[in-house]
Amino acid sequence: MISVNIYRYNPEKDSFPYMQTFKFEKPKRDIMVLELLNQLKEKDPTISYRRSCREGVCGSDGMNINGKNGLACITPLSTVIKKNKLDLRPLPGLPVVRDLVVDMTEFYAQYEKIKPFLQNDTPVDIGERLQSPEDRDKLDGLYECILCACCSTSCPSFWWNPDKFVGPAALLQAYRFIADSRDTKTAERLQDLSDPFSVYRCHGIMNCVSVCPKGLNPNEAIGEIKSMLLSGKNKQNIIASDAVS
Amino acid sequence: MSTLNSSNIKTLEFDVLVIGGGGSGMRTSLELAKSGLKTAVVSKVFPTRSHTVSAQGGITCAIASADPQDDWRWHMYDTVKGSDYIGDQDAIEYMCSQGPKAVFELEHMGLPFSRTENGRIYQRPFGGQSKDFGKGGQAARTCAAADRTGHALLHTLYQNNVKEGSNFLNEWFAVDLVLNKFKEVTGVVAFSIESGEVAYLKAQATVLATGGAGRIYASTTNALINTGDGLGMSLRAGIPAQDMEMWQFHPTGIYGAGSLVTEGCRGEGGYLINKDGERFMERYAPNAKDLAGRDVVARSMVLEILEGRGCGEDKDHVFLKLDHLGADVLNAKLPGICELSRTFAAVDPVYEPIPVVPTCHYMMGGTPTNIHGQAFKLSSSDDDYIPGLFSVGEAACVSVHGANRLGGNSLLDLVVFGRAAGLHINEALKSGGGVADSDKDDIELALHNLNKLNESSAGYEVSAVKKELQEVMQNYFGVFRRGDYMDKGVSALEEIREKIENLHLKDKSAAFNTNRVEAIELQNLFEVAEATAISSLQRTESRGAHAREDYPDRDDENWLCHSLYDPTTKVLGKRHVNFEPSQVEAFPPKVRTY
Repeated sequence: MISVNIYRYNPEKDSFPYMQTFKFEKPKRDIMVLELLNQLKEKDPTISYRRSCREGVCGSDGMNINGKNGLACITPLSTVIKKNKLDLRPLPGLPVVRDLVVDMTEFYAQYEKIKPFLQNDTPVDIGERLQSPEDRDKLDGLYECILCACCSTSCPSFWWNPDKFVGPAALLQAYRFIADSRDTKTAERLQDLSDPFSVYRCHGIMNCVSVCPKGLNPNEAIGEIKSMLLSGKNKQNIIASDAVS
Repeated sequence: MSTLNSSNIKTLEFDVLVIGGGGSGMRTSLELAKSGLKTAVVSKVFPTRSHTVSAQGGITCAIASADPQDDWRWHMYDTVKGSDYIGDQDAIEYMCSQGPKAVFELEHMGLPFSRTENGRIYQRPFGGQSKDFGKGGQAARTCAAADRTGHALLHTLYQNNVKEGSNFLNEWFAVDLVLNKFKEVTGVVAFSIESGEVAYLKAQATVLATGGAGRIYASTTNALINTGDGLGMSLRAGIPAQDMEMWQFHPTGIYGAGSLVTEGCRGEGGYLINKDGERFMERYAPNAKDLAGRDVVARSMVLEILEGRGCGEDKDHVFLKLDHLGADVLNAKLPGICELSRTFAAVDPVYEPIPVVPTCHYMMGGTPTNIHGQAFKLSSSDDDYIPGLFSVGEAACVSVHGANRLGGNSLLDLVVFGRAAGLHINEALKSGGGVADSDKDDIELALHNLNKLNESSAGYEVSAVKKELQEVMQNYFGVFRRGDYMDKGVSALEEIREKIENLHLKDKSAAFNTNRVEAIELQNLFEVAEATAISSLQRTESRGAHAREDYPDRDDENWLCHSLYDPTTKVLGKRHVNFEPSQVEAFPPKVRTY
């Protein structure tokens, strides 16, 4: 038997959250954590969590699994279970709506802040904008983000300043557009990030890299943004304001 | 919780409601964002969690990148043939001719398409594609962003909706349509999943963009959220559904898990083998082989398995061989597939074949509409619409897919007809179109089902009934069908209906109550399943994805038509297929071979 401890909180009933233990027969074949949750939910339909694609591309079921953020649907039980014990908690640092469901408003607000859309005012008369395969390759490792929030909610800097530090997920997307040869607003994008908090609260802790279920590297993208900022004309302002903060 | 009525819920008023935040819904809302009309996208999940995200191989369109001579008319020919001649040729013509504009527009919005050496959008071969009206051999017409085209498309559409300031009601769940006394649709009753708050969302135009319902089957490539909510609502409101017997079984779902493995694998040179290592598609489709229509490939696989040439201990699947393509091609062109098969099949395609089996994938049927997304009434007339109601994407049956959809055509369908509906609604509402108000009783009728669930103190468990439903559909309405089996299936569904109407909602709380969501989703699944079952039983021929052992031949004399299911009488009627494209001669029915 496995002891599955699930973080429970229903705002209508509970003054405080608590951990509820479910006993679960260890399955013969390896299953994903999501399937375990689905089976528990058949017995107790009050357990709440988000899920959609069940194959790691929609980003709904990010949660804290035995202390590490990940997607329940692509995390095999065998890889996380310790001493027949499994703790499932909501993503850390965001307000809990209920059980394993967090309020992602602040996370999405940071995403919207970086203007996550291609900007190019030059009209195209016929056909597509051309892009060399080499330039397109620069987007690999960036565009695949699924906005699951595993990275940002594992980041101590984001826990401290979720309103001011853009966080690894949105910074990865900021760099996705900076790196796109078709986007013409690089200077404006860098300018928007040049305050002491947006990028510079990243201290290279690397939790984002270790938890990303898609194997992406926000830290590297943040590094690229930092070096572009420092080599650009805003350099003096940034150093001065960083010293003040 | 007290009984909900029209005076204790609030009313939120819009010009347009788009129910569903996937590709078609967000393309509609994007068009409307520029119009100045007050629009809301009502999505039960944050939009980028919608099932469009799982589309892999690409978006088929004659942009003439891989072949400078390519022609949308060739694409149209393939699509008509693929549909087994019950796709509407005016709609197919519209989709194929407007397609290039739609794809270039996505590129301009930022979609990170893969590229060719000369910088153009990369296109790969897909099933059922030909050059020169079937005479010029295999075409390569599917525009791709590696094997993550759906993800790239959905995120690009969401990003551009953010750019245009679209209004989203995220994690709101639409429960039932509200109809006024003239049977015009005036919006929906819906609740916020997060808070439980119920509201009447009032609108002059309501667009169902709720996607498919693959979860009626036990084994499906579809996301857990694909529960046919729009169709469930419309069927409960007595609105007809078209071609519901037509369900596509994708040849390559991962054995055991159901996850999709893109047809692009075979487009890039992969092929299917049986237990003897034989490339068996050479026997069934000597010309197109592994790139025949999906219905043809799926049936061939099932026959291999039935005749004892399946793979594995139970000989119940076949293999998709990719290792001969080499690690470089696989990593560059099919990285997502490598990831999925390592995760869900414990197989690395660089070295070993992937175990696959035909798996429910796509609903060709849906709410019948014209090319503007206007929903048809049950009458046979082509200009008889339900005022206020529109449908786009997989939820709709416009019908460009007929009896069998070609790979890569669904993403094109989403953006072409999402845009068309947006354009039409903008024009119609600005020229004074709209619907009369609903009264108190109309709203309360739409609240009835939700009230009944909320007040249930005993009854059947949601998860148990769902399993029962899925097993019935899987066993009696699969790749091959037979009248006597389907009769049993229909009777089994009659018994399940009683349970559906007496579900027990155990969790009555307000905040993020997924038990309530799943109960209503199950009711929607049931409506779709019943429509599927009755339509399948009554179409007495084999065509496209609908393959009957007791009626093995196509019957053009009686069935070169759409089926039209009337949910109030449960009788199957017929609607004519459009054979009147405006720019080309119609393609007449021919024997369909690959």
